[in-house]
Amino acid sequence: MAVDLEAPSGFLTTRLRQAINWGRKYSLWPLPFGTACCAIEFMSTVSSYNDLSRFGAELVRFSPRQSDLLIVAGTISYKQAPILKTIYSQMAEPKWVIAMGVCASSGGFYNNYSTLQGIDRIIPVDFYVAGCPPTPENLLHGLVMLQEKVAREGLVPATERHARRAQA
Amino acid sequence: MSRKLLERLQQEFGTAILRTADQHGDAVIWVAPKDATVVLRHLRDREQCELLLDVAGVDYPERAKRFEVNYLLRSLARAHRVRVKIDVAEGEAVESATPLWRCADWHEREVFDLLGVPFRGHPDLRRILCHHEFEGHALRKDYPIEQGQPCVSTEKLFGDHEIEQASRRSEGVAAAGDESGLPSDLLTVNIGPSHPATHGALRVEVLLDGETVVRARSEIGYLHRCFEKEAEDHTWHEVMPYTDRLNYCSALLNNAIWAHSVEKLLGVQITPRCRAIRVIVSELARLTDHLVCLAANLVDIGALTNYWYLYNVREGIYQIFDKLCGSRLTTNYARIGGMSHDLYPGFAEETLFHLGRLDEAIRDVTGLVARNRIFLDRTVGVGAISREEALSWGYTGPCLRATGLAYDVRRFAPYFGYEEYDFDIPVGEHGDTYDRIMVRFEEMKQSARIIRQALRKLPEGPVNIDDPRVILPPKESVYGSIEGMMNQFKLIYEGIQVPAGEAYGFGEGGNGELGFFCVSNGTGRPWRVKVRPPCFPIFSSYSRLIEGGMIPDAIAILGSLNIIAGELDR
Ligand code: SF4
Repeated sequence: MAVDLEAPSGFLTTRLRQAINWGRKYSLWPLPFGTACCAIEFMSTVSSYNDLSRFGAELVRFSPRQSDLLIVAGTISYKQAPILKTIYSQMAEPKWVIAMGVCASSGGFYNNYSTLQGIDRIIPVDFYVAGCPPTPENLLHGLVMLQEKVAREGLVPATERHARRAQA
Repeated sequence: MSRKLLERLQQEFGTAILRTADQHGDAVIWVAPKDATVVLRHLRDREQCELLLDVAGVDYPERAKRFEVNYLLRSLARAHRVRVKIDVAEGEAVESATPLWRCADWHEREVFDLLGVPFRGHPDLRRILCHHEFEGHALRKDYPIEQGQPCVSTEKLFGDHEIEQASRRSEGVAAAGDESGLPSDLLTVNIGPSHPATHGALRVEVLLDGETVVRARSEIGYLHRCFEKEAEDHTWHEVMPYTDRLNYCSALLNNAIWAHSVEKLLGVQITPRCRAIRVIVSELARLTDHLVCLAANLVDIGALTNYWYLYNVREGIYQIFDKLCGSRLTTNYARIGGMSHDLYPGFAEETLFHLGRLDEAIRDVTGLVARNRIFLDRTVGVGAISREEALSWGYTGPCLRATGLAYDVRRFAPYFGYEEYDFDIPVGEHGDTYDRIMVRFEEMKQSARIIRQALRKLPEGPVNIDDPRVILPPKESVYGSIEGMMNQFKLIYEGIQVPAGEAYGFGEGGNGELGFFCVSNGTGRPWRVKVRPPCFPIFSSYSRLIEGGMIPDAIAILGSLNIIAGELDR
């Protein structure tokens, strides 16, 4: 984005893509799909000491229709998997997903009969945050990295990606 | 103590009692499946065993009667600890204990689900932890731990027939009181398994008439992570990090009680310093548990400010944990026979500082809510349960104390030297949401009191016992001597060799009595570990608490029960 000093005041020249992505990245509305211990650290990240709102993502919404960032915090069991998938598909585009913690990323140290070995087996993931549980700082780092990714994306990023996935 | 009880029982039942034993003070009796109900009823009515703590199934594939079902009973009045054992063969049924204790319902369902033992006369024998598409029984020794079974659908909890029946009943009520003449169709609504107020993965399906809950049925198992199967697959020590993730709001309590249970089986005595450290960290963990529960409960009923106040203190305690264990939440701090290391320099000062902040927070928050009209309207008389009913449902911990019964394991069967500390056991009166919340506030004050005393008289000396069978050798010895290296190698690869036997170790967890029923076959890995999770029986009563009330009440009640999915589903 650049301010054109020659132009009459009140105008700003930029690319549409950049302007829109700038808006998108600083107004992510997270839906915490918290199932286990990681959800407790998500709560810590929202509360006053770490304060998620410093990054524009404090409007936590529990409705998939009102949010564009799905944060999967916790172990996903096979029993829970169909529900996660439904919730993801109920979110409107554009949408992003953070897998918070090793359980959501890979099943973690639960390599057993009831644990889904990573949510990327059923939904796409944009960013994996390591840790068991990740510290609040770590989650914030993940969010900032995701913001950078959002800024780089095309105008209809997620839809395209989704379509490609559907074709594959 | 248990000997007298066993003698009485043998007199009463003669040969119906196949065998008896005293195991670590627990009276253990073997009965045939056909005699189980009479014996259990006798124990409840004549010996005042008012609590059914747990039902634990164990699989011994090489025996003719392959399964062993253990009923763990407790008498608060007479301090009995009883275990009734019933051996059954594949397909042989056990008479259900649901007419005797209401909490038997879910406990028996669990045994049915994981081991495939049927219960005759059980009102609702379905799977509970594994999903409804699951085939086989996961805790049988021949079920491979890694054999996952994906699930594609979600089970409906109410059949059409039941919905119709409930509709007809509620229409009858409406027709009497309501002159509008509108048909009252019941609305089926799912609360959870992804709902902000469930704070984890629970599901309650409710049939609503307007905003009134006519019928409710809860389902669990969404966070079943196979703790018990994992325990059988790891050495005794390796189970420790898994215990962190049972009740993850108070991991240190689980660590300490797990170590305590295995030590009981091993028959080792921990050092005085270790006992005091365990008391301190257990109470700090209890504080974080109650803080999370109260903060979340208050947010759910709309009192957001308190969330920030309480979470600030909790954050402080987490910083202590972080320094102490290298992790905020999943602490993995206790070791069998000791702790992973001593307290850090400056621990006492920091803890005292944060206890000061805790006092302030409690003052602030109770100042805001204790006499607040809205808060009182939302909590007083809501979700009340009587003492007798609470016992029948298997309540322990703050929820039981809210009904006025001062049962606390720290007093009932002191461990870690709790008998040396001055503290009160706060109780409520009505067993409602208000009492449950207020009991927790008072308990936090008592925990702080215990920590202050323990810090004042913290004994010097070693933290770990001096026993190479149990404790890893110091690093100098591992790198400097062949004995040390062998010792380390054996303990890591083969695990602590725990003598064959069984023990039920228990302590006061954040939500009530947390117990580990451990069975060893004399090797480095547990043969069976059954957790007695305090919130499991409590949550089984949830439908009963909310039926007839409004939806907002259901939310307030749920928060006050403090259901932690990690421990509930294991
Ligand atoms: S990653 Fe670790 S902390 Fe997070 S849900 Fe899994 S076990 Fe719990």
